Amino acid sequence: MHETAAERWSRRIVLTLLTLFVVIPLYVMLSTAIKPLSNVRDSFTWLPQKVSFEAFVDMWDTVPLGQYLVNSLIVSTSAAVLSVAIAILAAYATSRWRFRGRGLFLASALSTQMFPGILFLLPLFLIYVNVGRATGIELYASRTGLIITYLTFSLPFSIWMLVGYFDSIPRELDEAAAVDGAGPMRILFRVLIPTAVPGILAVTVYAFMTAWGEVLFASVMTDETTRTVAVGLAGYSTQYDVYWNQIMAASLVVSVPVVAAFLFLQKYFVAGLTAGAVK
Amino acid sequence: MTTTLSAPDEAPPEPTRKPRKRRRTPALPYLLLIPAIVLELAVHVIPMLTGIWMSLRELTQFHIRDWSGAPFIGLDNYKVSLDVDSATGKELLHSFWVTIACTILVVGLSYGLGLAAAVLLQRPFRGRALLRTLFLTPYALPVYAAVIIWSFLLQRDTGALNHVLVDQLHLVDDRPFWLIGGNSFWSLVIVMVWKHWPFAFLCLMAGLQGVPQDLYEAAYMDGAGFWRRLRAVTLPMLRPVNQVLLLVLFLWTFNDFNTPYVLFGKSAPDQADLISIHIYESSFVTWNFGLGSAMSVCLLLFLSIVSGLYLFFTRKARADA
Repeated sequence: MHETAAERWSRRIVLTLLTLFVVIPLYVMLSTAIKPLSNVRDSFTWLPQKVSFEAFVDMWDTVPLGQYLVNSLIVSTSAAVLSVAIAILAAYATSRWRFRGRGLFLASALSTQMFPGILFLLPLFLIYVNVGRATGIELYASRTGLIITYLTFSLPFSIWMLVGYFDSIPRELDEAAAVDGAGPMRILFRVLIPTAVPGILAVTVYAFMTAWGEVLFASVMTDETTRTVAVGLAGYSTQYDVYWNQIMAASLVVSVPVVAAFLFLQKYFVAGLTAGAVK
Repeated sequence: MTTTLSAPDEAPPEPTRKPRKRRRTPALPYLLLIPAIVLELAVHVIPMLTGIWMSLRELTQFHIRDWSGAPFIGLDNYKVSLDVDSATGKELLHSFWVTIACTILVVGLSYGLGLAAAVLLQRPFRGRALLRTLFLTPYALPVYAAVIIWSFLLQRDTGALNHVLVDQLHLVDDRPFWLIGGNSFWSLVIVMVWKHWPFAFLCLMAGLQGVPQDLYEAAYMDGAGFWRRLRAVTLPMLRPVNQVLLLVLFLWTFNDFNTPYVLFGKSAPDQADLISIHIYESSFVTWNFGLGSAMSVCLLLFLSIVSGLYLFFTRKARADA
């Protein structure tokens, strides 16, 4: 298409400013992680005076980061997998049948997103404690409790995205399979799920990210042994010192896999949003 | 919820409906929904109802051990929360206005930046894919990592911002505080925008993919400049995206707890005392859970009314258009 010189230059300027806005904090994270502690203590420098990887070594001892990572991994992976499995079933029902209460289900699923987390944090905490007392099933301060909580956070959005994906798969494929004698569940596993793999992956990463980044419930619903990285990173600031280089190193380690997975799958997010949530 | 009424396993044929070419398995869709419904009920709906119940009780530290026996006090918690002459009511009202101001700024700025990026990246040029990936990175970053970076940038003595302002540009002599006092509000807004605008960008990019190129060609032929094309082609085509996006951005920002909590800790400076942090403080720091619940319920009511009105008017506008 046609672009005037003025338009071209404004585009370049705006994009440069946006790039700086995004990149400067990321650069500071990287460069601080490779500074020795003495370098971050006094005043800020754009370039490291000395490149050192001590932060990446020390961060494991300053706080039990390894244990936090394991907790976070178990909780987020389980929450993501369960959430997506449940969302697939619900999205299949919503996409392929016009049943009574369908609209109500979609609307109420989405409206749970509206609840302020703070509203159900305390009741949920008390319910978990009571369930534990009554049945012996530990939900409070356990990974199970966090998994159940987190999987519901991503569920509504996952259902919406997957409904969009499933809707975009032609019904003729279902019907062809049905003619071959496949029942509804077989159609789901043989036709819809294989066709929607990119969408399912994108939604899984979304569910994982939601659980991986959650702070409020993690800070109330965990104890020493079940603490996640979301809360654990606070351990790098003590009363006497803040280990900024270790914080940045740990944040990097915690972020890189999620960011990479998301960026790798970003085009499927766009596809999913185009197919479902936005239309 | 009516959808929990699960039909029996052996699905009876529907006598009233004429068999149409669509397959009918009435029980199955409900069965498929059961896990989702049970979980949403367990984690969202039942706790929400419990929250409403708690807001009618005197649930202070004296009663928390045996919370189901806390004395019923009717609407007293609501009276205290909403009484603008009392200290509690004043503070709540203050944090409500702070949250409104913050939300308007964050939603507006995030939308603006997202739209600019989405429109400017529509045209193919070298490095476009790289920029797109880069712009999405803040969204993918876990919120605590993102906010921790900013809290480092905004440190008074060791932060990058003051280094630039004071040491490099000599714009100010006295190092300003960014995380306490009046500046903290602006710090919070910037951090939230940094984290949220890529989501607007992502959604708007998705929306723009559906805009046929010949519309732009036609507008160009008619002599429409950049702004005219934006107003006459892009924005109307984005209307369905905008509707959901603006609502989602509004709700996220309004309910955001994580960003201020990581940036400021358990008690935010007065000028940046967002409502969710304020309620958290009222419940968990002073141990008055009944009062905290009453405040949360008010917040939920407010959000439902605003969302309801918003959806009503945008639907209406769409129907009228």
